[in-house]
Amino acid sequence: MSDVIDTDILIIGAGPVGLFAVFELGLLDMRTHVVDILDRPGGQCAELYPEKPIYDIPGLPEVTGQELTDNLLKQIAPFKPQFHFSQMVSSLEKKADGRFDVETDAGTRFDAKVVIVAAGGGSFQPKRPPVPGIDAFEGKSVFYSVRQIEAFRDEDVVIVGGGDSALDWTVALESVAKSVTLIHRRAEFRAADATVNKMWELERVGRVQFKLGQVTSLNGSDGALESFVLKSKEGEETIAATRLLPFFGLTMKLGPVAEWGLNLNENLIPVDTEKFETSVPGIFSIGDINTYPGKLKLILSGFHEAALMAHAAKKIVSPGERVIFQYTTSSTSLQKKLKAA
Amino acid sequence: MQIHVTDQTGTRHSLEALEGFRVMEIIRDWGLDVKAECGGACACATCHVYVAPAWSGKLYDPLDEEIDMLDSAFAVEDNSRLSCQILMSEALNGIELTLAPGTQKDDAAAA
Repeated sequence: MSDVIDTDILIIGAGPVGLFAVFELGLLDMRTHVVDILDRPGGQCAELYPEKPIYDIPGLPEVTGQELTDNLLKQIAPFKPQFHFSQMVSSLEKKADGRFDVETDAGTRFDAKVVIVAAGGGSFQPKRPPVPGIDAFEGKSVFYSVRQIEAFRDEDVVIVGGGDSALDWTVALESVAKSVTLIHRRAEFRAADATVNKMWELERVGRVQFKLGQVTSLNGSDGALESFVLKSKEGEETIAATRLLPFFGLTMKLGPVAEWGLNLNENLIPVDTEKFETSVPGIFSIGDINTYPGKLKLILSGFHEAALMAHAAKKIVSPGERVIFQYTTSSTSLQKKLKAA
Repeated sequence: MQIHVTDQTGTRHSLEALEGFRVMEIIRDWGLDVKAECGGACACATCHVYVAPAWSGKLYDPLDEEIDMLDSAFAVEDNSRLSCQILMSEALNGIELTLAPGTQKDDAAAA
């Protein structure tokens, strides 16, 4: 944890544009570390539409988000990028020597010559139900993930949602909690059949409660949940509970990017169109999160931005070094790098 | 063609609409506060709307994919739809919609 990772480039965001940046930077011999809040590469392509076909990637008439991600990983493999998943860059500071001190919420620290913000729509965070005052309970009684099962021991636990997370935790917490109530808007679930069957089994023997409806308000004080109101077709009822786990999937939020001293314009990072550099020299921004006159939020635009950014970044990483522009079709030195995997 | 959209604050907007566009795109392009973060791929449920009962019979039934995705929306009712899955047509000229809670750009995520 205390070891600082020294790197030429730190890329924030492992979506398609962040991944392709590894390639363009790698051709110019820059070593990269990549941080992403998700537990796998691909960004929106992996989280929002892994199975959806994309039709506007040049040279690929039809490719799914997952296939594009897999292809990019194969393409950048020769450059051996180091990934740091399931963590979010929480602080970013320029040091007196011009390098950047970067730290994640998991305690990983980097000392980087250049930082690339390729964070797309921001970081993926759990969706927060629009229940009045829910924020006062968050972290005390309301949780969006289970980090320690012990925090639920002997508690009256309410789980809301119909996907894998909701079903998995209903089944897993049943033996620990005092009671487990699963709430969903319908009696159908988008979760593994085995888990759904297990939940119904537990429900049949009275060890899990299932209720149709939705949570509309929370009662309690000082963050300690005491009960909630369930609204269903039968009307409203108040049910005692001490823990609430809402599982409605993820949504994107700008997050700590706003605290890094960059100029922002409506939650986007303005850059120039020559280098794609931000208002802070040495910090570049590419892909959906940047903005400039004429910007289109297309993956292909991000790829172009990555190529130009890489040449500008090279001047910072290796000052004074003469960079020769080369093609992968004809340059034996580039071909050597690509086959080095 | 027009659609009428009541936003999350209760203000009703009449928006010029073009045939063949997704209703979500119309709402977004007129600048109403709708997150619609997946861009119309039926993958995020942040373009959730309520359709006025008089209009529900004029819509195509939702596909399973849309019904499943509504599990990730909040305050789902019988007249809930994802506006990215409604294609604008002459038959929907004048449709009345209300943006559901949890579709605003800024407050859909936990801290």
